[in-house]
Amino acid sequence: MTLADLNRREPVPLDPAATAAIELRGAAVSLGGRAIWSQATLAIEPGEFVAVLGPNGAGKSTLLRVLLGQQPLATGTVSVLGSTPRTAKREIGYLPQRHAFDETTRIRGVDLVRLGLDGARWGLPLPGRSAERRRVEEAIGLVGAAGYARRPIGECSGGEQQRLLIAAALVSRPRMLFLDEPLDSLDLPNQAAVAALLNRICRSETMTVLLVAHDVNPLLAHVDRVVYVAAGRILSGPPAQVIRSETLSELYRSPVEVLQTSDGRLVVVGQPEAPHHHSDRHAHP
Amino acid sequence: MNPHLSLNPLTDYHQLVVYPFMVNALEAGTIVAVTASVVGWFMVLRRETFAGHTLSLMSFPGASAAALAGVSLSLGYFSFCVAGALVIAAGSRTAGRRDFGQESAVTGTVQAAGLALGFLFLSLYGGILENLEELLFGSFLGIMTTQVQTLAAIAIGVLVFFLVAGRPLLYSTVDELAADARGVPVRLLQVGFLVVLGLAVGATAQITGVLLVFALLVAPAAAAQQLTARIPLSLGLTVLFALAIIWVGLTLAYFSVYSVGFYVATIAFALYLACRLSRTAVERIGRRATAAPAIA
Repeated sequence: MTLADLNRREPVPLDPAATAAIELRGAAVSLGGRAIWSQATLAIEPGEFVAVLGPNGAGKSTLLRVLLGQQPLATGTVSVLGSTPRTAKREIGYLPQRHAFDETTRIRGVDLVRLGLDGARWGLPLPGRSAERRRVEEAIGLVGAAGYARRPIGECSGGEQQRLLIAAALVSRPRMLFLDEPLDSLDLPNQAAVAALLNRICRSETMTVLLVAHDVNPLLAHVDRVVYVAAGRILSGPPAQVIRSETLSELYRSPVEVLQTSDGRLVVVGQPEAPHHHSDRHAHP
Repeated sequence: MNPHLSLNPLTDYHQLVVYPFMVNALEAGTIVAVTASVVGWFMVLRRETFAGHTLSLMSFPGASAAALAGVSLSLGYFSFCVAGALVIAAGSRTAGRRDFGQESAVTGTVQAAGLALGFLFLSLYGGILENLEELLFGSFLGIMTTQVQTLAAIAIGVLVFFLVAGRPLLYSTVDELAADARGVPVRLLQVGFLVVLGLAVGATAQITGVLLVFALLVAPAAAAQQLTARIPLSLGLTVLFALAIIWVGLTLAYFSVYSVGFYVATIAFALYLACRLSRTAVERIGRRATAAPAIA
């Protein structure tokens, strides 16, 4: 069985004319009366590997919540797979930001992946039909977790747990994968390995992958597009175009410098780390 | 005829079931063991043992309120346990998701308020609760057929909840945010589970007593989860352990002068200890086995 076969599924009646996988037009979000970001216009093509970057509290996770239909827009429109986020939701594999499983979580990795497949269905968590078991094994194989999927998940390392969680998000054959800071709390070699794994899945399964990250460097070699959320605005484009001194200074409306180290890593200097809370920021460029 | 253990299983069995009260006790014990152990299995995984403990203590205000109002003890137990569950469920969330710190704070408050209410009802009642020791440590002497029927009805309700909602409940236990994103009604399931927990605890307290509910609620699940992480096996072992604890406990209590609560709690603890030690031993052997050959 090829990876393309894995991707077979019942097509969902979404708008076939839509070309963009994700589209925001003039979108704004406010939480508790405070504007998080506004005037966001964004188009993501199907099959793109996208990193959502930006400082803490800028609204990266809020963007994911909008795309998952958990957060309504104040103004503007959002379309996911040519439809509303609520309709498209079942086509999305979602991996939330998390704390690690500790040793007291006494279920196995394979059970976790299984719940990603049928956890939302009513009934008892019993060993199911062989087709379901086979699909779970395929997803585990896809992330290379076969060696430890039958161990209690709490005994797996952080990187192993992250691969199993990705398998759980993948197992239902979604058309898109949203991951909220999946590289957090991983060591550098594991960050690189998980980034490469997601890139491979994105290409082989032709899946749109949207990933929220703190640091662009582990992703730089893989992503097609960077969505930069900062200073109440959202900017999108190829990494080389967005992560530049000129672009980021424009975005932040204050001098920001992007430096390149000798090994090709990018360092952003001078970006205001705190979120912009004042609502009159556009009055003071 | 005074019963005494003969070591002939058949004779012992005939001695056990010669009195109707003992048949009732065995039936009630069996029902309670199955209910409490299944609920307990989820409770341990959901880390809601403190809530379970608090809900078991709600039997005390329940019992004293029942005495004060002149209604049946069961009614008092169940209504206070369920009310406690609803209060804990109402206060256990911050920003729409489970908050363990918040939940334990609310649970502690419910516990203190419940105990205070219990004392208030008791002093309003004026007398002393006739069977305070039974309330605290359990008894199998006075279980009536109607009580067994009530327990059976509760047990059926609880088991139907798991038959219907077991899988999404497990999903929301393991990964609440992902389950929520997939459309699992996580909030409803949390409230539902706490109510079921309250019902199970109220039922169990009638056999083991308020203070020893944990012997059937936590110990079997905790022991089974030490031995295996496979879900069906772990659940099956949990139920088996609970049945073994209650049957052996009731039998020993019947043939001796000590209370059933003592036996149940002691056997439960011994079982947990044995499982814990065997897991440590297995892991140590496993480590030695993997450490011996050089692995590239």
